[in-house]
Amino acid sequence: MSVTPVERPKTRRASGKLVERRSDPRRVGGRIPLNIVLALLMIYFLIPFWWLIVNSSKDAASLFGGGSALWFGDNIDYVQNFTDLFTYSGGIYARWLGNSALYALAGGIGATVLAVLAGYGFAKYSFAGRRFGFAVILGAVMVPTTALVIPTFVLFAEAGLTNTIWAVILPTLLNPFGVYLMCVYARDAVPDELLDAARVDGAGEFRTFATVALPLLRPAMVTVLLLSVVSSWNNYFLPLVMLSDNRLFPVTVGIGLWQSTASSYGAAGGQTLWSIIILGSLVSVIPLIIAFLTLQRYWRGGLAIGSLK
Amino acid sequence: MTVTLATPERESATHNKKGRRRSAAARQNLVGWLFVGPFAVVFLALLVLPIGFAFYLSMFQSSLIGGERFVLFDNYIKAFTDPSFLSGAWFVISFSLVLIPLQMAVSLAVALMLDIMTTRFARFSRLMIFMPYAIPTVIGALMWGFLYSSNFGPLAEIFGIFGATAPNFLSSNLIFYGLLNIVTWQWAGYYMIILYAALQGIDPTLYEAARIDGASQWQIVLRIKIPLIAPALLLILVFALIGTLQFFNEPKILQQLAAGAIPNDFTPNMYAYQQAFSLANDNYGSAISFALGAVVFICVYIFLFATRKRGSFIS
Repeated sequence: MSVTPVERPKTRRASGKLVERRSDPRRVGGRIPLNIVLALLMIYFLIPFWWLIVNSSKDAASLFGGGSALWFGDNIDYVQNFTDLFTYSGGIYARWLGNSALYALAGGIGATVLAVLAGYGFAKYSFAGRRFGFAVILGAVMVPTTALVIPTFVLFAEAGLTNTIWAVILPTLLNPFGVYLMCVYARDAVPDELLDAARVDGAGEFRTFATVALPLLRPAMVTVLLLSVVSSWNNYFLPLVMLSDNRLFPVTVGIGLWQSTASSYGAAGGQTLWSIIILGSLVSVIPLIIAFLTLQRYWRGGLAIGSLK
Repeated sequence: MTVTLATPERESATHNKKGRRRSAAARQNLVGWLFVGPFAVVFLALLVLPIGFAFYLSMFQSSLIGGERFVLFDNYIKAFTDPSFLSGAWFVISFSLVLIPLQMAVSLAVALMLDIMTTRFARFSRLMIFMPYAIPTVIGALMWGFLYSSNFGPLAEIFGIFGATAPNFLSSNLIFYGLLNIVTWQWAGYYMIILYAALQGIDPTLYEAARIDGASQWQIVLRIKIPLIAPALLLILVFALIGTLQFFNEPKILQQLAAGAIPNDFTPNMYAYQQAFSLANDNYGSAISFALGAVVFICVYIFLFATRKRGSFIS
């Protein structure tokens, strides 16, 4: 089932599983209770999604006018809600989605490039200050990111960078955990002998890196990319603080804004708004779910890198 | 940060023996820094500089009459005697004390279950349980806010079937549990995947050997699996600790839905936000941010140092 890109455990596991299954066929029967527990857990984890799917189909009347909150109303109103969502306030929602994509991709790709270079450098070169530098990065993993937001805001305000896209993209480039993951992965995945062989053949350091090391680092790169993209797509505090022009908002801050507007109208006044908030929430989670489903064979193994020495 | 400083000189000492080696070392130095350099620049500009600047700002007070005034640690003294800051800090600490064990127990239990199940259903549910991680915390909080809400929510319905009144997780009595549920829902799947991947990395011949020695399934779990994934457990504990102490998004989003249950000083981060942006008090906001960051850093570092023998995270 291709569990992990970390080579060794995979093959071991494959043979191990075979032995396990054959040696004790009774255990399959004994696992029915476990399956039930698992099914219940799944219901718990999926119920908010279900609520979102069902309720984004409703018009304001059936959203508030009784009927089950966990089942569809009389009218399935997706089309109307969709139209409302993408036309409300001059179609600003589409812009928010675009902003989120821009921030997540620019920040995520940038952070990954920096992390790959630095992680490889830390893993494969002994240079002055390496150990100290790496210790500092490990320390930085423990600095809470939100504690950095207000200081960064004040600094950016001095530099005139607040309320620009850079105020959101630049801080996203900082990903010490990504550097840590890349370094740990590169140490094992890129054999020194291979690098030496390339050097003997006359390749320069960067050519060696690009042609020999980079392909080997791909699983960790996908993981770091995915983690950075997700964290910047999901970021709320940073753009909330940095941006005041709502045309620059990412979708998280935009929906937060709608929600506070709708709340201040009260449940009755903000009825149309609530319908588009719910559909807007659903639409905003779809890109990440697709990303995770398509890239799952990479991230699942990749996430273990930090924990497997 | 001084933990791993022991041996950098050893390498350069051996390099110095021969001139040829020395030039190789110089080359390593240069190329190494070329790789690390870009990140180092970002690191200095976006971490060291803001922290330094925040620390600088936190030592001033500004007022309409007196202008900027150097007050050294007055802002910190003010913070640590400010009931708003202290109540937020206390909330975050008590929340972590309940949340982290709960989250770790749930994710460990699920990971252990999934580790022994190889069915298609198990694989599918693994993915589904992970799914909340892909959801922005803002949307997650919003979804649960709706589910809790008496206007939209099914909670009243479900409890109605049994003739009971639904608990209001948005009231000030129960908001603690309401948030506990949201955060567990959001992160348990992510932690589960980390633990699951670590479990998959264990050599299965160990289980065979244990079984031949007569070990039960439980003994294998307690004596082999859990000790061997200790580094992964430590990693998620650190993540959970860092994440919880900087709690902001969920209470901020629920604030409007939970009328009155979540004040502006609910967590230290919310308080810092209010100080810096609603009250335009950058100095005090910076002091709170800096104090929060420093406290989290010190706590996590002490914790990692105390457990360094078991974990590989900082070794």
